Amino acid sequence: MKNWNNKAWLLVLPMLALVAFSAVIPLMTVVNYSVQDSFGNNEFFWVGTEWFEEVLHSERFYNALLRNLLFSSIVLAIEIPLGVAIALCMPRRGVAVSVCLVLMALPLLIPWNVVGTIWQIFGRVDIGLLGHGLTSLGLDYNYTQDPLDAWITVILMDIWHWTSLVVLLCYSGLVAIPEAYYQAAHIDGASRWAVFRNIQLPRMKRVLLIAILLRFMDSFMIYTEPFVLTGGGPGNSTTFLSIDLVQMAVGQFDLGPAAAMSLVYFLIILLLSWVFYTVMTKSDADAAPGLGERS
Amino acid sequence: MASIVLDGIAHSYADEQSQDGNTALKSIHHEWEDGGAYALLGPSGCGKTTLLNIISGLLTPSRGRVLFNQQDVTSLPAEQRNIAQVFQFPVVYDTMTVAENLMFPLRMRKLAKVDRDARVKEVLSMLGLADLADRKARRLSPDIKQKISLGRGLVRTDANAILFDEPLTVIDPELKWQLRAQLKKVHQQFSHTMIYVTHDQTEALTFADKVMVMLEGEVLQIGTPEELFNSPAHTFVGNFIGSPGMNILPCELNGPFASIGAHRIPLAQVYPATTYPGTTHPGARGRLELGIRPEYIDLVAREENSNALPATIKSIEDLGRFKIVQLMLDHHSIQVLVPEGAPVPSSPAMVFRPEHVKIYRDSVLYGSKTGPD
Repeated sequence: MKNWNNKAWLLVLPMLALVAFSAVIPLMTVVNYSVQDSFGNNEFFWVGTEWFEEVLHSERFYNALLRNLLFSSIVLAIEIPLGVAIALCMPRRGVAVSVCLVLMALPLLIPWNVVGTIWQIFGRVDIGLLGHGLTSLGLDYNYTQDPLDAWITVILMDIWHWTSLVVLLCYSGLVAIPEAYYQAAHIDGASRWAVFRNIQLPRMKRVLLIAILLRFMDSFMIYTEPFVLTGGGPGNSTTFLSIDLVQMAVGQFDLGPAAAMSLVYFLIILLLSWVFYTVMTKSDADAAPGLGERS
Repeated sequence: MASIVLDGIAHSYADEQSQDGNTALKSIHHEWEDGGAYALLGPSGCGKTTLLNIISGLLTPSRGRVLFNQQDVTSLPAEQRNIAQVFQFPVVYDTMTVAENLMFPLRMRKLAKVDRDARVKEVLSMLGLADLADRKARRLSPDIKQKISLGRGLVRTDANAILFDEPLTVIDPELKWQLRAQLKKVHQQFSHTMIYVTHDQTEALTFADKVMVMLEGEVLQIGTPEELFNSPAHTFVGNFIGSPGMNILPCELNGPFASIGAHRIPLAQVYPATTYPGTTHPGARGRLELGIRPEYIDLVAREENSNALPATIKSIEDLGRFKIVQLMLDHHSIQVLVPEGAPVPSSPAMVFRPEHVKIYRDSVLYGSKTGPD
């Protein structure tokens, strides 16, 4: 006969409370809103899946989703190769290492809305270095009026802000490669490209996976910087899902549709991240023992 | 295949940072004959890896020249020296199969595909890797990975020499023997010049025809395993080679005797007084020490031999085939190896076999050519 001691549950209690308050209760509140309609005065009516249907049938939602997908793909396509390239060029020893690392970490230390403000001023045609410089070169640049210019500015800002994260991750992967690998490759007569292709890239695979996942999730949830820079404009051209969501929830106070939309948004991110992760670890699995499976 | 000559090689890491710290090499002259198996033996940080990297071209020496077959290769980079090197930690190309790994150096040297395949197949079967040819190299165990790194050196038909940098460090003990035997076999078959760096005397003595013992960037002795054992040129070599190492005791010379305190030990040779200009003990400049291997001390009962050195037993370690007896002669600790079955007298005395008693002056074998003067 086993002697059960139910007092052990007490030990789990603090963690349960923490998880409940940080995740479960907020999430359930959103779920609660998403299936009800409210006219203020704390009056709620059950509406079932109506808000979800509305969200999934609205053009506004799909447009914002497409903008998000486009933005994330462009940002990933630029930041990942650029980050790898910079990491490869960084010095491996000496004082230069610390200098480079500090320089690289700087953009990451700046609060996000400050990044937005920096670029907002930087891009202004009247006083901004970038904006004024471009217009005085005779280019028709104005991010507040031209959607393409707005996109270019938002993307440049994201690259400036986040490439260094990719650099730092890749660099950590690179310095972890033992010197003997390079020496062996040297002796085997390997070319620079062969060293990258056969030693550096495979050895960076794990950190690259993390970099891609982080950059994807972050860029897909982007809010602060474009909100400060363009406010979603001109028109709706830089209105991403998150900006749209805040407009709906706080601006229009449509709690129900906003809750439904945020749940859909959440599921999309979850699904895409899972797909990314599975695809990338799968391709890794036949070459190497994956997580949990070790030889 | 080639003979390798080191001409006054010296190296210092003074101006560049390095993982090896500041280990310096102090002017080394040596010639490795074509086709020989050599070992570089020494404690960690004695400069043996530095020397190896200078030979392979991964390092450029601060001074001196490296010659392969009388050709100066000092300024040639590693890939043009046709040297194969196996490192302490197995290096394999993770994404490639075993066969592709072996193919890699040949591909980089733009060898025709037909020759490549044939060569890879030959080396695979020679190393017993044929069954694993299509497996990804990354999943394999360290000993197999180490064989792959060796294979990458062996496939190259142009390899002048194969260098090993403590290749068995990460290998399980029972596999070490196998791998070492395979190395020997490879050497017999291909007769590459092989240089093997290690701090493990067993590895060095079993692998090599000639062993070079290094300490603090200097070569102390080069010789066959037997020479290193029977006439160590330096007290360090005596202590480092052999298990347990040589007993080293401070002494003085008195004609045909060496004296340790009040004890007199007969010597096989008289160290000629003419080489000692001076007074009391004419000429004994520097520190004199007597070296005797634990194997060459006989223990007898005190009453049996009045000339033997009386000693007290401190401890006895029974290792099966022999016992290691720790004795005290006055305040000097001495180890004696007693073969299995031989009795250990309760009040023992030691007899040093005169022909095996070595005298060292300032740590260097006295009466040998290598001693400084």
